[in-house]
Amino acid sequence: MSKKSLGKIFMNGIIDENPTFRLLLGMCPTLAISTAATNGLGMGLAATFVLVFSNLVISLLRKVIPEKVRIPSFVVVIASFVTMIDLLLKAFIPSLSESLGMYIPLIVVNCIIFARAESFAFKNGPIESIFDGLGMGLGFTIALTILSAIRECIGAGTIFGMQVMPANYQPMAFAVMPSGGFIFLGVLLLIVNGLMSYVEKRKKEKEEEEMML
Amino acid sequence: MIDIMKIVIGGVLVNNFIMSKFLGICPFLGVSKKSGTAFGMGMAVTFVMTIASFFTWLIEHYILIPLGLNAFMQTIAFILVIASLVQIVELVLKKLSRSLYQALGVYLPLITTNCAVLGVALLNSTEGYTLVQSVVNGFGSAIGFTLAIVLFAFIRERLATSNMPKWMEGFPGALIAAGLMSLAFQGFSGLI
Repeated sequence: MSKKSLGKIFMNGIIDENPTFRLLLGMCPTLAISTAATNGLGMGLAATFVLVFSNLVISLLRKVIPEKVRIPSFVVVIASFVTMIDLLLKAFIPSLSESLGMYIPLIVVNCIIFARAESFAFKNGPIESIFDGLGMGLGFTIALTILSAIRECIGAGTIFGMQVMPANYQPMAFAVMPSGGFIFLGVLLLIVNGLMSYVEKRKKEKEEEEMML
Repeated sequence: MIDIMKIVIGGVLVNNFIMSKFLGICPFLGVSKKSGTAFGMGMAVTFVMTIASFFTWLIEHYILIPLGLNAFMQTIAFILVIASLVQIVELVLKKLSRSLYQALGVYLPLITTNCAVLGVALLNSTEGYTLVQSVVNGFGSAIGFTLAIVLFAFIRERLATSNMPKWMEGFPGALIAAGLMSLAFQGFSGLI
């Protein structure tokens, strides 16, 4: 494997197949905990940890696990790493563990991790799988952090707990309520879709121009 | 009795799994294009969630807690119980009720990774519900899930035929519609 393709695998998760913006996987944690930027970042990193290690272990075991029992095997591997991160967070960052609550154990059923195990780690070598896990995890983290920073900024006037809006700003509680989550994610997707189609259009135009020349 | 009524109303309307807890969003967005399939999915989830609440309670109180394993084996045990339950339900339905199997069959495997099922098991455990309360909570929450997904499917059926801006088509439009629906569900919050 050359270095460039590892980079490609890594970037694939961040841009082309961003789990949140492009594939719409793992929506439950995305909507539920994106009320404060710290939560978004913490959730993203916790999921990245699980994703990298479960990808690594599954790819190492891919020749041992029979095709028929692969799903239960994935579940056990993923659940073990989720339990680890749950206990680690409880021990070292209790405040984050408290605000994420039951959504930490629920990483087990996060479709991103399943999807990567099934479609990537089970078919590729351990090093590629680590990079794929890192890329996907960071793509998820970035998306979550952006969404939660926007919601926190509008809903509480702060980002990462720091005041960013002017002092006389009236926080709009709607943004941090459940309904706000749906609507803000919808608007964000709208913007991302718009940007992506603009970029693609530009690319096509450029190619056509080159063809003309 | 009042307790149980409270849990049911809470699960169906006030703390609706999709609209206020964000559990089970994947099937909510994935299988809500047609009201028929949405209803099928809802029924399958109701079936599994009720049974799962019962069995995870038994596992927790008769195996995990007496052996002192609850802190670090809970997630693994619950997800394995749910995954095997889904398999068993599928096998039993196939033998006993052909028509029910055909109606629910396609959705059953999908339920293993539905976070609503694991969510309700974890919630029952953190709330410290008794066996009856757990089962009622599982059933009520699942009915709430069905209600939300079927209503949303009706909305999406109309969205599909309406004339929307190109970028709004598909998920952005659907999410904004879900947001408005969630806003309506917030109106129930003073009920209990």
